[in-house]
Amino acid sequence: MLKIYNDGRRITAALSGDIDHHTAREFRAALDEVIARSRPELLILDLGEVGFMDSSGIGLILGRLRAVREVGGEILVKNAQNEIAEVIRLSGLSMLLVEPKQTAKN
Amino acid sequence: MRKELINQCAVRFPALSRNESLSRSAAASFALQCDPTVEEIAAIKTAVSEAVTNAIVHGYRDCEGMVEMTMKLYGDNTLYIQIKDKGRGIPNVKEAMQPAFTTAPADEERSGLGFTVMESFMDKVRVRSTEGRGTCVTLEKRLRKKGDDD
Repeated sequence: MLKIYNDGRRITAALSGDIDHHTAREFRAALDEVIARSRPELLILDLGEVGFMDSSGIGLILGRLRAVREVGGEILVKNAQNEIAEVIRLSGLSMLLVEPKQTAKN
Repeated sequence: MRKELINQCAVRFPALSRNESLSRSAAASFALQCDPTVEEIAAIKTAVSEAVTNAIVHGYRDCEGMVEMTMKLYGDNTLYIQIKDKGRGIPNVKEAMQPAFTTAPADEERSGLGFTVMESFMDKVRVRSTEGRGTCVTLEKRLRKKGDDD
């Protein structure tokens, strides 16, 4: 459900499975533990293995963004699938998205 | 002209958070007969998940109850999914549908974006609600048929 890759104060949390209201609690507890322990300057949420996320995921990301900013850090979200990225854009958090490298000019 | 009803299905389940995934899988399974795209399936699952979560988190906030989901497919490839609860209802639907509006306590970390997401992913979202009686959300989406113009 959650794998942590630690590179000093840059942490990557690779989430997997579905993120909804039911599962958000567990992700929240696990991520808060990582944040409290590592006080990351950058927390990267890798959603590459997340097959589904609704707006419960926005609550999850926003809450962790607050927690990370309290310890002076930032959050980035990478590998979000199309619809998940769309939910994130709708929430106004698109500045957190690491967009995949563009191959075509636009 | 009345649209021809091709198929329908109803699912009833208790308002437990574990049933959020069940409801969206059921909706995705029903939609499969329309030969949907991956994007259409993802859109339907996301919208259904939002509506069902609302019923569980808000409709039945202080009580237990059942959520009923009815799915209908019409001949023009339009899908209607109705999510109904007999919970406490929404006093002001217009206000509830505003982005970032939520009545949930802050520690529950609800974003208030449920209706925004439903409206973004579906063609139409209709909400009927009576305080003390419950809420009925109808999601409508016309799926592309092979041969439709882009």
